[in-house]
Amino acid sequence: MRHAAPDGSALDGNAIAGLLREVFGTEMTQAVARCATCGAAGPMAETVVYGRAPGTVVRCRSCSAVLMVVVRHRQQNCVDLLGLAALEP
Amino acid sequence: MAGTAVLGRLTWQVATVGAVSGETASVRTITLSVPDWAGHAAGQHLDVRLTAEDGYSAERSYSIASAPGEPLAITVERLDDGEVSPYLTEELRAGDEIEIRGPIGGYFVWTGDDAVTPLLLVAGGSGVVPFRSILRHRHNLGSEVPVRLLYSARSLPDVIYRQELEHAGEGVAVTYTLTRQHPPDWTGHTGRVGPALLSATAWPASDGPLAYVCGPTPFVEPVAGGLVSLGYPAHRVRTERYGGTEGS
Repeated sequence: MRHAAPDGSALDGNAIAGLLREVFGTEMTQAVARCATCGAAGPMAETVVYGRAPGTVVRCRSCSAVLMVVVRHRQQNCVDLLGLAALEP
Repeated sequence: MAGTAVLGRLTWQVATVGAVSGETASVRTITLSVPDWAGHAAGQHLDVRLTAEDGYSAERSYSIASAPGEPLAITVERLDDGEVSPYLTEELRAGDEIEIRGPIGGYFVWTGDDAVTPLLLVAGGSGVVPFRSILRHRHNLGSEVPVRLLYSARSLPDVIYRQELEHAGEGVAVTYTLTRQHPPDWTGHTGRVGPALLSATAWPASDGPLAYVCGPTPFVEPVAGGLVSLGYPAHRVRTERYGGTEGS
């Protein structure tokens, strides 16, 4: 499902700063994320984040493609980064 | 690897509640004492984790309301359908313990290192919280960076930190707009932050300002877009969105 624009429940990458640090071990809100679908690049803080899905879904602010999904299961984080072409801390 | 301390990893810590003070009918400021607090930058957050007896836990991120070097404090707005904020605003008492981790975030931060760039702060509702940290930090540094704060609230009683903002100091101009109710003798702005108010309040783009916009998603989107329309480069508009009410 693609979203034309972030709806009212959408947050941004600032809201998952703690989760990102948990996953990557360092501050990531300033890291530049490049979308594998449209090529747009920008700070992780400016991505569109949906936290109420089963897991956390991070979407591109330009084309709303999924960049990253994090699902926590049995105290492990399962991380899907296939939507990212690059992520530069 | 539970319990293994890894450099740079975030660990949950137990914080003891110092004081809980009312800001508005639904907003409380909570001071926290944490033995190993690493110190924070203005604009950073911390995560709060509440765990029920059955093991279910909920985490939320809150902006830090105090300046670097001051006792740690967060300001929390009660959301009626919230899982965490009703407990924090209604149940929490001095001496209680909660789990926190932080400080977190590096993007929506003002360090004060740049002593000349004018700041534009645009707040919707409790989006003003990180700006309290920034304004206090500016004051504590003796910084003369000129600041304009545009603060959108539902009504005058919903304005958080009103007393403090009235004495924000030389070089800080605060403009309010009230979106739902205003006193009969109110001479300030009313209604949502639109292009006209933004244009009248924001530093001209030619001054090279740095803008911070914080509030609910439906507030932040048009404001950030409006600033870009006024000529602010997108990378000079830092945004932070939070969920919950559209209370601005």
